[in-house]
Amino acid sequence: MSALSRFLDSDFVYSFRRSPVAVVSAVVVLIIVLCAVFAPLVSPHDPFDLASISLLDSLKPPVFLPDGDWSFPLGSDDQGRDVFSSILYGTRISMIVAALAIGFSLVVGITVGLVAGYAGGAVDAVLMRIVDVQLTFPAILIALLVDGVVRAVLPPAAQDALQLDVIVFAIGISRWPQFARTVRGSTMIERGRDYVMAARVIGISSPRIMVSHILPNVLGPVLVIATLNLGLAVLDEATLSFLGVGLPPTQPSLGTLIRFGNNFLFSGEWWITIFPGLTLAAIVLSINLLGDWLRDALNPRLR
Amino acid sequence: MSSRIVLEANDVARHFDVSRPALQRLLAGEKKRILRAVDGVSFQIVAGETLSLVGESGCGKSTMARLAVGLYAPTQGSITFEGQAMHAALADASLRRKMNMIFQDPYASLNPRWRVRDIVAEPIKAFKLLSSRKDIEDRVGQLLTQVGLSAHDGEKFPHEFSGGQRQRISIARALSSEPEFLVCDEPTSALDVSVQAQILNLMRDLQERLGLTYLFISHNLAVVRHMSDDLGVMYLGRIVEQGPAEEIFRTPRHPYTRLLLDAIPDISAVGRQRTPVGGEVPSPISPPSGCTFHPRCALANDRCKAERPLETKVGDVAVACHAVQEGRAA
Repeated sequence: MSALSRFLDSDFVYSFRRSPVAVVSAVVVLIIVLCAVFAPLVSPHDPFDLASISLLDSLKPPVFLPDGDWSFPLGSDDQGRDVFSSILYGTRISMIVAALAIGFSLVVGITVGLVAGYAGGAVDAVLMRIVDVQLTFPAILIALLVDGVVRAVLPPAAQDALQLDVIVFAIGISRWPQFARTVRGSTMIERGRDYVMAARVIGISSPRIMVSHILPNVLGPVLVIATLNLGLAVLDEATLSFLGVGLPPTQPSLGTLIRFGNNFLFSGEWWITIFPGLTLAAIVLSINLLGDWLRDALNPRLR
Repeated sequence: MSSRIVLEANDVARHFDVSRPALQRLLAGEKKRILRAVDGVSFQIVAGETLSLVGESGCGKSTMARLAVGLYAPTQGSITFEGQAMHAALADASLRRKMNMIFQDPYASLNPRWRVRDIVAEPIKAFKLLSSRKDIEDRVGQLLTQVGLSAHDGEKFPHEFSGGQRQRISIARALSSEPEFLVCDEPTSALDVSVQAQILNLMRDLQERLGLTYLFISHNLAVVRHMSDDLGVMYLGRIVEQGPAEEIFRTPRHPYTRLLLDAIPDISAVGRQRTPVGGEVPSPISPPSGCTFHPRCALANDRCKAERPLETKVGDVAVACHAVQEGRAA
């Protein structure tokens, strides 16, 4: 039996196909991710190409309203940019930021968790108190704080170039404690197992035991939390951008789009902000539902 | 056979601090709680032979096993391996590879995420015994065949095997560093009786063929009798009687050894009145004074309560018991 057919035959796939919520949200996530990845191919306009933007096209309503036409399916903004295209590019940026931030969080959280759980004692106590302190603050507050501090420290020239890195760092650093906690707990269980003893008997070094023996055995629950946090990180980025401390209009994410569209909400051009908002809601909701399902599917006790 | 001593333990003790965290302890005004898992144990293991340690749960057998491969450092006393102090032996890869361990629970001792071939190859790679992939692959196949599995089994994961098969994998891993000395920590107690015999026979067979030396830990006296040259009976962190296994089984001297041997079911004596093993092992955190066995011993007197008995030779057997020394135990 090949690896693929064995996978398709597994409990995991079976429980996936039995759950309509999981299937629908997986499809939504897949469509959005594909659209984001292939944004330059899918979108009818290039919102960054100044030559193709005309003020004459500004504030066009979506296609289903009178005066709307198919060249701007979801309408256009005050600069004449196509809202649909902006959303595709914005989603792309939002997803990149969220993925990088969670990746960063995972690296920091897993490292801290492994070290704390494996070393135990004073090292564990110190690291876990740091985690405790950070967990008392809401993640978004930490992100806001880190973002502000980093911006204040960086020279103005570097600020523009590093805007994406700064926000990735800010969101990433605000979310690592959860991963550290989870990994630490599982590591403490695994380190007492005989297979770790067997490695120690033949003199395998602690870092190697952590990475090659313990890590593969603690990764499952962490990946579930990472999925759930991916949705939250998209939201974090949108919040920061909405507040104006996130990404600049030259790199508009969904949050930036919502913030700009917000200015036109009361003058009747609701589509500029509502459509990016709906997209954001769809992304976060489906990632969360998928993560929920993953958590249940990987937990044998809930079967 | 030469009587070269592979492992020697000299008055070894290992204490664990099991007190509550410092602040809580201070607030409650408690003293430190020290668990004396192993408390002054001495023995020697001769090359090519098997020394077994038996005793009830919590008597320090497993701690002694871990001390013998250097997983724990002794709190007191010394262990020498091949004439070298343990810490020096651990630092020297060419010596360290000569000892390895087989664990009790075959479900916990194999990393569930690793393929069997990687599990068995780990010591080979760790000690750089072979370098080319092909050589390692061949050696792993050979090891798996040696323990009664097939070379193809290397591709599988541990969960695809039964308990007995897993223990064979565990043995193959232990053998892959080409050791001379193996510590076996209750290697069969997690297995079905029918499988136990297979594993034990495999281990004896390997001992004969490869000239292995075993430190064999068990609570099962029948298993011990089958395996041992020498026997040490442990009670609460100490060895109460040690010597040639046959001699001890024939004429047990220490009251505790007698109690244990009495508890073995005997098919030729069905309906025989048996003395049940009375009482429980006291806590090693606050062991009884004097001879730690005195609360359960029928022969105990005031001296036993006050004074710790030292090992005295009776023939080939060393016994730590006042009653035996005084001739009260006839």
